[in-house]
Amino acid sequence: MRFMVIVKANKDSEAGALPDRKILTEMGKFNDELVKAGVMLAAEGLHASSKGARVKFSGGKTTVIDGPFTESKELVAGFWLWQVKSKEEAIEWLKRSPFDNTEVEIRQVFEADDFGPAFTPELRAQEERLRAEVAARK
Amino acid sequence: MAVEATEIHRAIDAVWRIESPKLIAGLARIVRDIGIAEDLAHDALVAALEQWPKGGVPDKPGAWLMATAKHRAIDHVRRRQMLERKQAELGYEIETDARAAAVDLDAALDEEVGDDLLRLMFTACHPVLSTDARVALTLRLLGGMTTDEIARAFLVPESTIAQRIVRAKRTLADKQVPFEVPRGADRAARVSSMLEVIYLVFNEGYTATAGDDWMRPGLCEDALRLGRILAELAPLESDVHGLVALMEIQASRSRARVGLSGEPVVLLEQNRAQWDHLLIRRGLAALARAEKLGGPRGPYVIQASIAACHARARTAEETDWPQIARLYAELAASVPSPVVELNRAVADGMAYGPQAGLDRLDALVAEPSLQTYHHLPSVRGDLLVKLGRFDEARLEFERAASLTRNARERDLLLERARACGA
Repeated sequence: MRFMVIVKANKDSEAGALPDRKILTEMGKFNDELVKAGVMLAAEGLHASSKGARVKFSGGKTTVIDGPFTESKELVAGFWLWQVKSKEEAIEWLKRSPFDNTEVEIRQVFEADDFGPAFTPELRAQEERLRAEVAARK
Repeated sequence: MAVEATEIHRAIDAVWRIESPKLIAGLARIVRDIGIAEDLAHDALVAALEQWPKGGVPDKPGAWLMATAKHRAIDHVRRRQMLERKQAELGYEIETDARAAAVDLDAALDEEVGDDLLRLMFTACHPVLSTDARVALTLRLLGGMTTDEIARAFLVPESTIAQRIVRAKRTLADKQVPFEVPRGADRAARVSSMLEVIYLVFNEGYTATAGDDWMRPGLCEDALRLGRILAELAPLESDVHGLVALMEIQASRSRARVGLSGEPVVLLEQNRAQWDHLLIRRGLAALARAEKLGGPRGPYVIQASIAACHARARTAEETDWPQIARLYAELAASVPSPVVELNRAVADGMAYGPQAGLDRLDALVAEPSLQTYHHLPSVRGDLLVKLGRFDEARLEFERAASLTRNARERDLLLERARACGA
């Protein structure tokens, strides 16, 4: 199963400051361990929200709001995708990370199996349509 | 309390999965016997199961387990030395002593366990063992899987796997298989053996040979993980990256190759939007890594190149069939086999027309090893349909259906037979 590990933004990341060399070295070592264990699928860091935007959808209209956004604790600064056997394994790996004074979130990624026999919402909808058509013909 | 106990046990399971391969590998270097190393590691796990529920999981659980196992390993080395001294009747110096072993163990605690892990993988995949035994031992020692998990993955009783592992460890000890990374002439064959084991696990998950399900994705993930680990342990072996590339690209199609009612969907009819583009990207990156190493292209690199041709085509019509046909010719020259010829016939059929495919295929019809292989009549049926020879095609599909052991695939083949008309 896959987990997304979501790293939250803070004042520094929002200010566009790169982490110091020590953190980068420690993080590099940790990433290396994840790769060597065959756990790491992807790792990406995000630019400050000042380089991003939000698009609001309301009543069929869209409104674009440019960054930066203020509530930095709710903002995402980066993420990993890990392949592990259980949530506990993801937690154990995360405990080995060099983070301090922050909160990191672990979320399970949906897999095809989670949808049962209809593998994607799109296919499920398709199947429902087919069923309706068959029923209508009876 | 009961809930907490379960939680901590799950945490211990997770720690075990992460740490046990390194632990066993480090210990095996000291005691020179992976069976004993595993027993020692297991004793440390039992100690953790006793102590951690009371005091919580330690900050560095791997170091804790290693320190615990280390004491037991030193005891073991001392006892063995006593025995050896008695047997040798003080005839010669014994080169290692318990103190040296302790130093070694401290070194093993460090991060550089890569070589030990590689030794462990080579040993678990040693050709002295049967393929089944290699698979079970590799999943257990390198995959950190329990006997029960392996048994469930392969749909066999737990006692079967347990016996297989016990026997494998005994064979390694009896035959005095050294705990080492092979060098020289032996190495290529030994690497092939590891790749074969990993790909076998992957294929068992990708096209289940038994049972009602078409795929068992858990096994694919286990194989991918082992492959990715091996790629880091042996980064200069291009075919290791080739295998990883092949598995990543094949796994990228998992979602698309199962239909609404669980039936298989063949490659060219898959909805490519459902392919996992993260895995495709990883696969292409692994293939690039293999190609960068240069040298003659191994069988997995060639197969990965074929898979990459499909992965790069945005639609089935865009597939570069002449290139795939060329790659199959290369594969046939590298590892000639009837199965490769069969796939080559498919590629030729697509690249140069169904008659070209059929010509190549008909040279294989008498091949004894393919007599019970359902893909042969299935491919032949497909080519005959394209040539408008429906009566012959129907018989081929029916024959293929009678040969497959997979229930889902059988349904699909019978469906194709019916579509050819009576």
